[in-house]
Amino acid sequence: MAAQTTIKPVNLQEEEEHHVSESLWATAMRRLRRDYLTQIAIAVILLLALLSILAPTISQYVLHVDPNRTDIANKFLGIGAPGHILGTDDLGRDHLSRLLHAGQISLGIGFGAAILTMTIGLTLGIVTGYYGGVVDDLINWLITTLDSIPSLFLLLIIAAVLSPSAEALVLVLALIGWTGVMRLVRGETIALRSQEFIVSARSIGASDLRIMFVHMLPNLFSIVAVTLAINIGNLILVESGLSFLGLGVKPPTATWGNMLTNAQTFFTKGPHLVVMPGLLIVITVLCLYIIGDGIRDAFDPQMPR
Amino acid sequence: MVKYTIRRLIQALPTLFGITILSYLLMTAAPGGPVAALTFGQRITPQEREAMAARLGVNDPWPVQYLRWLLGDDWMRWDSDGDGVSDGSFLIPLDADGDGEPEPPGTRLGIIRGDFGTSFYARRPVLQVIVERIPATLELGLASLLVGLIVGVPIGIIAAVRRGGLFDNFTRIMAVIFNAVPIFWLGLILILIFGSMLGVLPMGSRCAPTLIGDCPPIYARLNYLLLPMLVLSTGGIAGYSRYMRTAMLDVIGQDYIRTAKAKGLRPRQVWFGHAARNALIPLATFLGPAITGLLGGAAITETIFSWPGLGRLAVAAVVQQDYPVVMAVVIMTSIATILGYLLSDILYAWIDPRIRFD
Repeated sequence: MAAQTTIKPVNLQEEEEHHVSESLWATAMRRLRRDYLTQIAIAVILLLALLSILAPTISQYVLHVDPNRTDIANKFLGIGAPGHILGTDDLGRDHLSRLLHAGQISLGIGFGAAILTMTIGLTLGIVTGYYGGVVDDLINWLITTLDSIPSLFLLLIIAAVLSPSAEALVLVLALIGWTGVMRLVRGETIALRSQEFIVSARSIGASDLRIMFVHMLPNLFSIVAVTLAINIGNLILVESGLSFLGLGVKPPTATWGNMLTNAQTFFTKGPHLVVMPGLLIVITVLCLYIIGDGIRDAFDPQMPR
Repeated sequence: MVKYTIRRLIQALPTLFGITILSYLLMTAAPGGPVAALTFGQRITPQEREAMAARLGVNDPWPVQYLRWLLGDDWMRWDSDGDGVSDGSFLIPLDADGDGEPEPPGTRLGIIRGDFGTSFYARRPVLQVIVERIPATLELGLASLLVGLIVGVPIGIIAAVRRGGLFDNFTRIMAVIFNAVPIFWLGLILILIFGSMLGVLPMGSRCAPTLIGDCPPIYARLNYLLLPMLVLSTGGIAGYSRYMRTAMLDVIGQDYIRTAKAKGLRPRQVWFGHAARNALIPLATFLGPAITGLLGGAAITETIFSWPGLGRLAVAAVVQQDYPVVMAVVIMTSIATILGYLLSDILYAWIDPRIRFD
């Protein structure tokens, strides 16, 4: 080390200055700017979200179709049929327009439920990790119990009991799904609790709330962002499975999952009706996983700068 | 070791209690219920309905109903002199429907004694309905677990040996892609290709329809098993291969691997004789949850392939509002899950003594 210092003293100093001047955020942003795969994934998600949000407008002014108008004379049209770019379904409804409208619901549920999950998990995780004690034990018991019931069954029952609307499904998914996030945040909080900057904040009289949400929260940002991206993907998968079984969002409201409910009857007449909704799910979830991975690498202090 | 096992068993009790409470409360909130199920399709006056509800104890406070479901009701209303007429009751009225005659003594044993009630739909004891489905579920589950291990473990080992190579990168990308594929869609696509378009494999079910009712031995109907097994094993293949890769890379850094290399063993002996064998040990602890997870883990796959197992039974029971069956499946799979984790903890403590004294 000493030898290196004498050989390249200027270089080392530069390195050190660089180290000091660049914040964690700046490093992460610099890394993300070089990470083309993550950028592509973000672009794809934004595009899908935009198309879904604009679904009514696109249907009306670009495709000139009504997603819920049935047309028995023109059912099971193939891809590229005149007036229907992706063909029509078993009731003669325009497939592309329905896919876009379904995207609104599927993406909406995924994002909404994930954000809600994150809010619950983050709050409970910080509070239990910070205080410990009885609250911690109680919530741990609740988590162990919730996690012991196969989550699909739990979801099935709740879905059957409530037969929820899309909005209620967001709530249900969040109320079941927060345990994973909470465990993660709780662990991180416990690790942070004994760090020097927290101890010093406490010694100058900062309140518990201030320590939790001003000092700890920013340090949890990267794991929160990673988990959020991956959770959105997972929740889109869960919602699609539930709606596929007929227990999630009910028709005529389309989601990528419930568009596949009768897929087995489409096999001979319209295989594209089986392929397209699933393909959109795969692309969306894959992109979200890639984004999650990208953020993790960007914020990882052990990665080469 | 025994002390550790007992401690873990006792720790599982509150969880079990929580599961029974939670699933019971969920079910009482559900539409339908025993009266609706028993009188389905019959003309019945509101008075009769009311009397029936009273006899069935639907109007009792929920803690009483919960206790009846959990512990049975033979101790709630009894016939001590053996004349067939109840002469004593606890928590519940002797004459529930108010007709002047005492109700017959309680006969339910409660889930704690294995009495899960009668299925609304099949009109048979729930336990019987469930036990019938277990072989099909175990058959599919064990086959997929086996495939997952046989394919996943070698992939992980090879990926670790050739870390950063083409095979490593390819399998990692495939694992991410397969994680993003909804399992029901994968099943649909495989049925579409092999069942519908090529017509080489059956589109579902456990065996061809038979007159006698039972399926032939498993080797005579492997074609039925193939697709659901593939679909169900994808998660395992992805999981085990990634796990194995990490475990191998961990082991490779250990001193005894360097020793093995230094004493001149051939690379194959080092990799498979020394590294892989040690990397496999922690994997053994995965098997507890994996095996018990088989019971409930296949609901969607079983539904798509019309595989007559527990998962499909549960999904159908939810749709048919057959709550005794739903609750039984939930309770049983939850207990299985808890036992699975318990098993893996105990196994781990047995392998690694440091955990026992934590």
